[in-house]
Amino acid sequence: MNHFLLAAALTLSAPAAMACETVAIGDLTVEHAWSKATIGAGRPGVFYVEITNTGSTDDALVGIATPAAGMPMLHETVVQDGIASMPHAMSIPVPAGQSVQLSPGGYHGMLMGLTTALKEGDSFPVTLTFEKAGEVTVNVDVLSLRAEGPDCADAGQ
Amino acid sequence: MLGVGAYRTRNRPALSEVLPLPIGEMSWALTDHRDQSVRPTDWAGHPVMVFFGFTWCPDVCPTTLSDISLWLEDLGADANRLIVALISVDPERDTPAVLADYVSSFDPRIIGLTGPADEVAKAAADFRVTYRRVDKDGGDYTMDHTAGVFLFHPDGRFASIIDFHEDRRFAVPKIRRTLS
Ligand SMILES: [Cu+2]
Repeated sequence: MNHFLLAAALTLSAPAAMACETVAIGDLTVEHAWSKATIGAGRPGVFYVEITNTGSTDDALVGIATPAAGMPMLHETVVQDGIASMPHAMSIPVPAGQSVQLSPGGYHGMLMGLTTALKEGDSFPVTLTFEKAGEVTVNVDVLSLRAEGPDCADAGQ
Repeated sequence: MLGVGAYRTRNRPALSEVLPLPIGEMSWALTDHRDQSVRPTDWAGHPVMVFFGFTWCPDVCPTTLSDISLWLEDLGADANRLIVALISVDPERDTPAVLADYVSSFDPRIIGLTGPADEVAKAAADFRVTYRRVDKDGGDYTMDHTAGVFLFHPDGRFASIIDFHEDRRFAVPKIRRTLS
């Protein structure tokens, strides 16, 4: 996507926190999509979200795409023997009847090749691809680098 | 770059090779985010909290810095004498100016430290910290690194580690034990 379209996507941000919206696809609900501000566009951004599977069939998140980054990937932060690394996650299981969180210190979307720096208050779309449910697009709120998550009345912390 | 933690090859390292050195026995010389030189002796008499990270890290490092900022808020003025430092394991990209930009998002008591690669390696060895460059496609790279937060008493003795996935409610009491 070119810069013009990205700019259009970024200015679609509404004052109400989109991170608190819930988007449904099939038996899946996707909510609390948020990201952190970045210093410049050189550093990778991050993407967090909560996915709930209310159905009786296991599903899996297998990919993410966004106009905000050239190379978005799924990662998992792993701490082994005290050492943190972030291997690529080929797919993130979303078992039937369970919730899965992409959250600080665990699974996350790694947004490499940012088109532009992410600024607090911006928002951008991310399309999630599920093995069975297919694709769904959510709006992601950019919070401060210090944020630990969106402030939603129903946030399941 | 080789993992610095691999510098000892014996199978059973003595406890003294696993625990961080007392601050007073450390030998590194680094530069803070305000371009001031910092040596271990500058911390004499202060409780100290240190962790290793890098500013290109989007998950573990900002999460740790957010947690530390919350702990410092909890502790309030009691933590004013506490030295709180992020030591970069990526000095190639983390210049003092970059660190200044980064730490400005967090509690103002947190300082960033960087320096020549060999001084960073010396600091990592003193703290018994491991880090390793991991190359990615397209010439980009990330760093694996020890994620714990190290605490020291005012006399420089090592106190404890707050592990990355440790229950965060235990962190503030652990820090408090180093403050008196
Ligand atoms: Cu990552």
